[in-house]
Amino acid sequence: MRRSRIITFKINGQDIAAREDETILELARQHDIHIPTLCYLEGVSAFGGCRLCMVEIKGSNRLFPACMTYPDESMEITTNSERLKAYRKQTVELLFSERNHICAVCVSNGSCELQAQAYDLGLTHVQVPYINPNLPVDASHAYFGLDHNRCILCTRCVRVCDEVEGAHTWDVMGRGAEARIVADLNQPWGDSLSCTSCGKCVQVCPTGALFEKGTSVAEMRKKHEFLPYLRLMREGRDGGEE
Amino acid sequence: MSKTITIDPVTRIEGHSKITIQLDDQGRVADARFHVTQFRGFEKMTEGRPFYEMPSLTARICGICPVSHLMASAKAGDALLAVQIPETAANLRRIMNLAQIIQSHALSFFHLSSPDFVMGFDADPVERNIFGVMKKHPDLAKDGIALRKFGQSIIELLGGKRIHPAWVVPGGVSSPLTQEDHNTILALVPDALERIQRTLAWYKDIFGNFDPEIRSFANFPTLFMGLVDANGELSLYDGKLRIVDAVGNIVADQLDPARYMDFIGEAVEPDSYLKSPYYKPMGYPDGIYRVGPLARMNIISRCGTRLADQEWAEFRMLQRGAVLSSFQYHYARLIEILYCTERIEQILNDPDILSHHVRAHAQPNAFEGIGTSEAPRGTLMHHYKIDENGLITWVNLIIATGHNNLAMNKGVLQVARQFIRSGKIEEPMLNRVEAVIRTFDPCLSCSTHAMGQLALDVRLIGPDGELVDSVRRG
Repeated sequence: MRRSRIITFKINGQDIAAREDETILELARQHDIHIPTLCYLEGVSAFGGCRLCMVEIKGSNRLFPACMTYPDESMEITTNSERLKAYRKQTVELLFSERNHICAVCVSNGSCELQAQAYDLGLTHVQVPYINPNLPVDASHAYFGLDHNRCILCTRCVRVCDEVEGAHTWDVMGRGAEARIVADLNQPWGDSLSCTSCGKCVQVCPTGALFEKGTSVAEMRKKHEFLPYLRLMREGRDGGEE
Repeated sequence: MSKTITIDPVTRIEGHSKITIQLDDQGRVADARFHVTQFRGFEKMTEGRPFYEMPSLTARICGICPVSHLMASAKAGDALLAVQIPETAANLRRIMNLAQIIQSHALSFFHLSSPDFVMGFDADPVERNIFGVMKKHPDLAKDGIALRKFGQSIIELLGGKRIHPAWVVPGGVSSPLTQEDHNTILALVPDALERIQRTLAWYKDIFGNFDPEIRSFANFPTLFMGLVDANGELSLYDGKLRIVDAVGNIVADQLDPARYMDFIGEAVEPDSYLKSPYYKPMGYPDGIYRVGPLARMNIISRCGTRLADQEWAEFRMLQRGAVLSSFQYHYARLIEILYCTERIEQILNDPDILSHHVRAHAQPNAFEGIGTSEAPRGTLMHHYKIDENGLITWVNLIIATGHNNLAMNKGVLQVARQFIRSGKIEEPMLNRVEAVIRTFDPCLSCSTHAMGQLALDVRLIGPDGELVDSVRRG
């Protein structure tokens, strides 16, 4: 294990002593300080895409993604200011407006991370106009389906497929609001040659975008827990490196 | 000079509609029509969705009868899977469907229609509502509220919530019945039986006061259609179609509902979003038929439960052959509440009802599936086509209210002719025109695939479009 310096800093006024090679998000979680996330997933690399974990650091007017930022000696971090709450709420609001998220008839209703964040942040209405894009469902795979209407482009599926399964079936095509998750070279999932049908992407997807076929409304339950265990077991097998 | 009276919207029904009445030069009724003015578009909206989502998607058509759509949709899903669902699952679905019919019938009879029976059709509209019933006949109002609660509580115990439960799925149901919920439902039955029997006794006592209405509320010969089981008994969850004519003869029996296209045609009128189905062998518009509680009481050979069969025998004494007045939809509705309550008890006493085997799993094995069940208002059909991946490519929903469209139109004309004489708008007349529609308990939100604003806007318009008279209440 790499040696690292111990530093001291503050989160929300609380003194914290920690190794400098852990992110603000990881350290906050170790100390039971809540920072909301959607794209972050323990067991795969951080991506900094959803912008829900933004925090304030004293001395800078910028906001920093907690999942990508490492603390410095004497840093003073705020995770729950009114400004941050307002930004987070707006971010989730924009996610809802971008695709067609209809919780009431979604397979993940009641166990969706996007829905849970909206509840937590007190999002009662979407103030910006809905885009209502006309998006297809890819149901060509024998066991799983991909509903682009419910995708928030968190790329958890892309990272788990690449970093854990090693298949790299999923990737992202296009830019901005036009970006889409694609299988292989933008072909139907069922035609993908690289997909091993392991289902990891389905289990880590925070919404109902990836689902097991045959599940009805509110029946989809994702099992995220497998991932840290899988990493742990593989580390042991590879000789306990890192 | 000829005139048109428009009643828009029609009140104390579920959904949006209007009625127009054409008067001739002498101020007599020349024609009357019932228009459904809302448009839903669920058949288009659901294209491209996985068929597994269809029960919950189509349940959103209606907040009062979501369960009926769940049943027909899940059965269409069973057909796509091409599986035989476990008997316990079918029985649990049956219980929920019976509970749904109880709560919907209670809403129709007590909340929407009983004000006319308690206060009279000529009463002040300010008083003529469920609150008036509470004041004048509080026990009746309490029975109604308790019966609706009885049905809704069962739906909640089975499906987790009263409105739009997601528990009914293609292949069965998503969770078994617990011993605790089983006991809770059984314990509710005696109270419900007492209340519905009390209401039936009251109704039999008072309906004689409404002879003019009984004579004119869509009282004419038509065919009647509904599901029966193999013995001709009342069947609300599954079964085969039977069609009976006005004198009570069986015209067709044990028709496979999945072949509805062979014997039901659908005509489209330019002035309504509601299609007009008819019985094909007799053509349009002679193939007019009615569905729903009155039709079911007319087609069956018996109900199949003890108390309901006694009431049914008495009901059939009203008229030789079939009972033709739509006014008696109300009577039929009460007998069905009694039947449903008895049936729920029977099914709960089935030794396998607590079995945990409540779902069949399969990939889609057929590209086309049809599900049929009896909704409170009559026969409901969901017809789906899917692609090889299980995504919906085509949907046709034949809704109970649609089957009754021709009869409702004819009924409006009949009652308008009976009660409109002077060519002037008078409130009691308007109420009767609405009341004939109310006997059918139409669900317009379902049938056209919004919510009603409870106001009434009536206009008398001359042939040149000039406003002759108007009345507004709201």
